[in-house]
Amino acid sequence: MIDAFRRTWNRVLAMFRRDRLDTDLDAEIASHVEAATEENLRLGMGLEEARRRALVRFGSVSRAMEQHREARGLPALDVLGQDLRFTFRTLRRDSALASIVILVLALGVGANVAVFSVVNTILLRPLPFHNPNQLVWLATNGGKGGLSDQTYTVSAFEEFQRHNQSFQEVTSYQTFFNSIQYKLAGKSDPVPIVAVEVAENFFPLLGVEPPLGRLFTPDECRKGGRPAALLSYPFWKRQFGGDPSIVGRTVTINAAPADISGPVTVIGVLPASFDFGSVFSPGMQVDVFVPAYMDFWRTWGNTLAVIGRLKPGVALAQAQAEADILFPQLRAIHRQDWYSDYKSTLFGLQDRVSGKLRRSLYVLWCAVGLMLLIVCINVSNLLLARGMSRGKEFAMRTALGAGRGRLIRQLLTESLVLSGAGAMLGLAFAWAVTFYLARQNQMALPLLSTVRVDVAAFAWTMLTAIAAGVISGLLPAFKVSGSNLQESLKDGGPGMTHGRRHERLRSTLVVSEMALACVLLIGAGLLGRSFLRLLDVDLGFAPTRVAAIKIEVADGGSRERRGPMVQQILERVRAIPGIEAAGTTDMLPLDRNRSWGLVAKENVNDRQDHGTFVYVVSPGYLETMGMRLRRGRDISWHDRSDSECAIVINEVAARREWPGQDPIGRLAYGICKGEARVVGVISDVRESSLEEQASVQTYIPLTQADPEGAELVVRTRLPVAAVEPPVLSTLRSLNPGQPHTQFRAIQQIVDHAVSPRRFLMLLVTSFAAFGLVLASLGIYGVISYSVTRQSQEIGIRIALGASAARVQLGVVGQTLRLTLIGIGIGGAASFAVAKGIASLLFGTEPSDPLIFTAMMSLLGAVALLAGHIPARRASRIDPMAVLRGL
Amino acid sequence: MGKDRLELLQGTLDLMVLRTLAGMGPLHGYGIARRIEQVSGEEVLLNQGTIYASLVRLQQRGWISAEWGVSENHRKAKFYAITCHGRKQLAQNTAYWRRLTDLMGRMLAFPSKGAEE
Repeated sequence: MIDAFRRTWNRVLAMFRRDRLDTDLDAEIASHVEAATEENLRLGMGLEEARRRALVRFGSVSRAMEQHREARGLPALDVLGQDLRFTFRTLRRDSALASIVILVLALGVGANVAVFSVVNTILLRPLPFHNPNQLVWLATNGGKGGLSDQTYTVSAFEEFQRHNQSFQEVTSYQTFFNSIQYKLAGKSDPVPIVAVEVAENFFPLLGVEPPLGRLFTPDECRKGGRPAALLSYPFWKRQFGGDPSIVGRTVTINAAPADISGPVTVIGVLPASFDFGSVFSPGMQVDVFVPAYMDFWRTWGNTLAVIGRLKPGVALAQAQAEADILFPQLRAIHRQDWYSDYKSTLFGLQDRVSGKLRRSLYVLWCAVGLMLLIVCINVSNLLLARGMSRGKEFAMRTALGAGRGRLIRQLLTESLVLSGAGAMLGLAFAWAVTFYLARQNQMALPLLSTVRVDVAAFAWTMLTAIAAGVISGLLPAFKVSGSNLQESLKDGGPGMTHGRRHERLRSTLVVSEMALACVLLIGAGLLGRSFLRLLDVDLGFAPTRVAAIKIEVADGGSRERRGPMVQQILERVRAIPGIEAAGTTDMLPLDRNRSWGLVAKENVNDRQDHGTFVYVVSPGYLETMGMRLRRGRDISWHDRSDSECAIVINEVAARREWPGQDPIGRLAYGICKGEARVVGVISDVRESSLEEQASVQTYIPLTQADPEGAELVVRTRLPVAAVEPPVLSTLRSLNPGQPHTQFRAIQQIVDHAVSPRRFLMLLVTSFAAFGLVLASLGIYGVISYSVTRQSQEIGIRIALGASAARVQLGVVGQTLRLTLIGIGIGGAASFAVAKGIASLLFGTEPSDPLIFTAMMSLLGAVALLAGHIPARRASRIDPMAVLRGL
Repeated sequence: MGKDRLELLQGTLDLMVLRTLAGMGPLHGYGIARRIEQVSGEEVLLNQGTIYASLVRLQQRGWISAEWGVSENHRKAKFYAITCHGRKQLAQNTAYWRRLTDLMGRMLAFPSKGAEE
């Protein structure tokens, strides 16, 4: 083993010391021959004869030297060096072709690497935590529904933490972090910040260590303990300029509802690698982490998201089995104070984060792979054409003694050099794309901010480059090297039979290219149509020209004071020029949600699901958002804190609780302390996603329930930027503590909700477009070559009286034949592929005839256009020039 | 050169060189070649030049070492000597060859059926 290693090492060394070793060997041979001559002289030969005999006994000197070189060096590497030098020389001669091939390969490989980086980040790479495969996400209600349906009360969390046997530890964070407005008091205006409350063991459980400072102590996590905060790395850089002395200092953070307020000690800075938003809430940047005071949240209902770390050797299924037994037992003890039985489903954390995207991403990966295949076929076709024009060169080399293997190796070296160069360029391209993607914080894809071209992506590049090089080079290599020596050496233009055989091969390649492009186009068409269907969905509200801004209502938690305050704010805001309507809500659709119960008075004893999403709103909010009142009335300022509780529900709610009846004036439980009267019904609003039907929704006046924060929603005539300054100054004149927040267009929230689908659709469409271009280039190349080859024949036919139209028709007919075969095969394959992606489609049948027809016609039209150019050229062949050339 | 001389099997030359160096002490290339010819009773078909490929191979494996020196008749020559590691390898390879020749001898001595003997 060591010997072999030493030998290899010495062989490599010998490659670099070849000149010295050669002179050394020369000297040694000279000394050998002299020694032999001297011995012969001693035997009594003449000098001449002695020397001759010595040389004869030595044998061929050049052969000895060659053997020596072979024994000491790496002959394969030598050959490779020769091939490479030769490749660079010939490619420089064909630099136009080489550039096209490299560019096409760069796009193919680059797109592959970029997609791989995304797939790797989101699906393959483990989460950036210590032993991430032990991490488990616990969710009630099967992980479906709003946040309140999936989360736990403090009591449920603590009881499970205490009694379970499967987990090393269980931790939680407070999921309604968006409901609390935090402000960092600064030199001038207070700065709004995003803070998340986490349990004491949250960071230790994940294995996150602060590079600066320390984590929370038990005392700091107790209500009434010393207030403490951890900064996220980007916030530390942005707000404090990366100043390490911030640790230990106090900052002033105000929060409403006020569980922390006042001076808070900064105890540490979290590592740059820890991005809470990218894992737990894609598209969100968290600035500060503060301890969740369990005693504060104890009475707040389901607010905690629970994460556990399994004990070593415990499988997810075992933990699930334990939870299935444990939660009902705990429920039995807590019959009085638990809302539900907390029947829990356990997910691997990675699964929870990226599981929904798995299918889309794999489809994306396949699409980009198909595109690379088209690229390879295209390059293969180009190289084949180039190989044919070099037929004589290869015949000459064969005649000079190059074996077939050597020629194939030469051609493969060429295609690998091309793909290597393409891969390098592609890597740069992929790097740029990932750089761009990682900064798209509007996109609801988890972990996107950590997308980068890493070692794995680099390895993937190498792999695709080699695969591309071999796939695109192998066929031309075998084809060209296998051609008949004599036929090639014989003079005369492109041999007829020879050319035709090549043409058949190239046609086959073009047909498969067309078929693949057809599959990609139809796939992209189906996804595109789904996306358009999604944009056509009736949201139940009108997002255009509506924007929302977080405001602070300094009501001190009193419903009596809140009403007049909000009324005043709304009146002042409505008076601003350009504002058409204004209202407030605590939660926006598609943004965040919480749920309570809603049950008709008549149904109070049945035990079905009576959950509802709840929105605490001001009068005028529904109208501002463009939500449509179907029956009854909107809530009004007459619904005061001391009057009867009035609610507006949606149609789903009406159907569930009062099927077939008029819900107006009916009474319901679960929303207000006592009974609530239904005063209005609105059209359904898509509240969690555009792709899912609306659930039960209830709107309740802010004078009759406590909102979790407030969003001021305005409908404007002017661009939002124009009304922002007057709105903000009005808000500040009413409440000097109003933080300097910004308007969010409601359209932006809708865009965020559809961003994963947009991402998939856009990428697949661009791959398909590229595939279409390549396929048409391919067909252009083949038809064009065939016209060149037949130019004599065409010329003669024109001379004999064939019309230009007839010649054109012939060429176009040839194009049409190839195109139709390709589209036929591709169309059939698309049926199968479309079935495979059926679950990714929205409102579109996998066999949607419109898309199939449209995409096939598109491909056919583009191919015919590509064939039309050589057809025109054919019809303009000058018969006289041809005849003279004969 | 007579037609009846032995063609060398792959790897046998290396072993001969090792054996020669082990027996004779440091030698230059010509000396090794002569020694092999003498021992073989001129039976080996050997272009003396072939020996250098074998020498460089053994040297790269670390089984022999080489050094420029001065020959008995005061000429510059490269001298090869077997290393400690080389001796071990020689012992191993010798044992292997003994077993192989023994086996081949027995196999070929096996009386064949029918016409041949």
